[in-house]
Amino acid sequence: MQKLFKYVRESQIWKSVFRHGYPNTPRNRTLAVLSNVFLHLHPVKVRRSGIRLSYTWCMGGLTFFLFLILTLTGLLLMFYYRPTADRAYEDIFALREHVPIGVMREMHRWGAHLMVISVWLHMYRVFLTGSYKPPREFNWNVGVILLVLTLLLSFTGYLLPWDQLAVWAITVGTNMARATPLLGHEGPLAAALSFGGIDFIHAGDDVRFGLLAGRFVGEGALLRFYVLHCVGFPLVAATLMAVHFWRVRKDGGISGPL
Amino acid sequence: MHAILASMLSGLLPPALIAGGGGGPVDDGPVAAALKYAANWLTEPTRYSVGSILALAGVLYFRRFFSKVWVVTVFFALSTGFFVFAFQDPNFNAIITKPDNVPIIILFVTVIFFSWLSLRRAVINDERTKRGEPTLEGELAKQKVFTWPDLVYSEFICLVLFTVGLVVWSILITAPIEEPAATARTPNPSKAPWYFLGLQELLVYFDPWLAGVVLPSFIVVGLCAIPYLDTNPRGNGYYTFEERPFAISFFWVGFLLFWVSFVILGTFLRGPNWSFFGPFEYWDLHKLEPMVNVDLSTWVWVDLLGKPRPDNPFVREAPGIVFLLGYFLVLPPLIGKTVMRKMVEQMGMIRFNVFMHLFLWFVLIPIKMGLRWTVNLKYFIGMPEYFFNV
Ligand code: HEM
Repeated sequence: MQKLFKYVRESQIWKSVFRHGYPNTPRNRTLAVLSNVFLHLHPVKVRRSGIRLSYTWCMGGLTFFLFLILTLTGLLLMFYYRPTADRAYEDIFALREHVPIGVMREMHRWGAHLMVISVWLHMYRVFLTGSYKPPREFNWNVGVILLVLTLLLSFTGYLLPWDQLAVWAITVGTNMARATPLLGHEGPLAAALSFGGIDFIHAGDDVRFGLLAGRFVGEGALLRFYVLHCVGFPLVAATLMAVHFWRVRKDGGISGPL
Repeated sequence: MHAILASMLSGLLPPALIAGGGGGPVDDGPVAAALKYAANWLTEPTRYSVGSILALAGVLYFRRFFSKVWVVTVFFALSTGFFVFAFQDPNFNAIITKPDNVPIIILFVTVIFFSWLSLRRAVINDERTKRGEPTLEGELAKQKVFTWPDLVYSEFICLVLFTVGLVVWSILITAPIEEPAATARTPNPSKAPWYFLGLQELLVYFDPWLAGVVLPSFIVVGLCAIPYLDTNPRGNGYYTFEERPFAISFFWVGFLLFWVSFVILGTFLRGPNWSFFGPFEYWDLHKLEPMVNVDLSTWVWVDLLGKPRPDNPFVREAPGIVFLLGYFLVLPPLIGKTVMRKMVEQMGMIRFNVFMHLFLWFVLIPIKMGLRWTVNLKYFIGMPEYFFNV
């Protein structure tokens, strides 16, 4: 056994992947982190206070991990799902009947709920430890955008099963947009944008219409939400997460007393 | 496969969690009936909100007591006991066991646990600081450890445990799917996704342009502004209460009360027509809540001056306009010159004014809620002509 391990470790293939020995010496531990593109988001050494679960609650990490799980399960779901008004519901329904060990939809749904919770708790922890204070003001703001994106991701996904729950929750949610000041046709000041008796803002062109691609939650809204949910928001969120992690490092690592 | 696994694992759960119950009248013994009556009575929105504020204030004030381990243990034990008891009730059971409501229970438990944990560490740190010792974090911060293995391993363990939990949950509880979408049939209640239920709750008190557009925008703007408004340099990188009492209390009220607790209220206690239902009450479609709210203008013109309301909307609504202008324009300089003079000096005028305006919007929410409960106020300014109701 020992021999076999040694043989594998010294083979050209192994060495081409891992450019250092087993990480049990300071030198190799440093190399393990530095030479790995994923691990090198971390610094080589961290303050002990910052990695305590009782300090960070691991909520930022959990949020990120949930994002990864959701990406993976979401990708699998995309194989089975067609975002059209006459297919969407059937496809989701069929998942339960026809897909063996069908936990993908469950993991995606429960994971999405959890991600909302964990991102709230992460923000809560960052606030309570005062970690938004200089020099981390900017990263807090990146975080706020990530929070909004997380909610938007969940909101757009809510529509996709195309059942009563989905359609009416999105109807209730987007009804608010009707009342946007100036830009919604039932909002304050919208009437001010009327010239010579012609309303510039009406049910057929206000912000809600723009969100839903129609006057009510229909096929256009489904496609729009699908594209944003599967491509638009995840790309933006992933990019901002990279910025977020990079800034955690550049701002001096997880916060701690000076 | 799925079904077999589920039925194997289902033995581990209380049967109610899987079966899901209907609603309807129940026969209870006197003790159970009294308990349920008390729960229904206590959770009525007015009592619920006032009670939560008092509870928060109490916990923060007596934080030394509430941060003890046995206190939280007893609290969770009692909650569990109550849950087990409540599960027997078909009405309670019917909403608690909806698969999509499981996360709300998780939210409830984690938020309380982590609030307690942070409070505990804050209390310990504050005591240490008073004795001139370093904080819990300060002691550990002196040591540096290698990312590999210390951090990578604990991340990995978290990740594995967490994945196992999620997979088991996914096997046990199948994601629900309701009837196919039908735009002609509106379900009652129609609820937004659960994380927006706090905003939907505000719709009881404010029109959609405020509750759905302006206030959420202010929440986001306000969150972004926090690091630039909080000029207190202390409490960066460790838990504390005494070094930033206002910041912590404010966030507790904002996050715990107006966000999390309203999500819970909206999920469990709001039924058809967004009427209130106690946890043990049957969701009766025909429950009606009387609407007897009056505008400030009616109150001033009709009740106070004994005249009909003027036709010109701006004259008619003058009392509300004056009140709100005073609130937003006169109050900040007034407070800045008197009570919060020190704060202005520390923060500077710009910071102070931005802060005050955000803060006053925030405070307007409880003010309006209070006025609704006590004098049935509908709108400060009610101009349906322009969709401008505050
Ligand atoms: C998709 C959402 C998010 C992800 C994946 C994420 C991830 C992380 C991770 C992994 C860390 C390292 C420390 C930790 O785990 O606590 C971190 C730190 C931080 N996050 Fe986030 N985060 C997210 C959202 C947010 C939000 C909503 C905020 C605040 C509004 C925020 C503000 C911060 C700040 C200021 C730090 C530095 C904390 C410190 O140094 O102690 N992040 N984030």
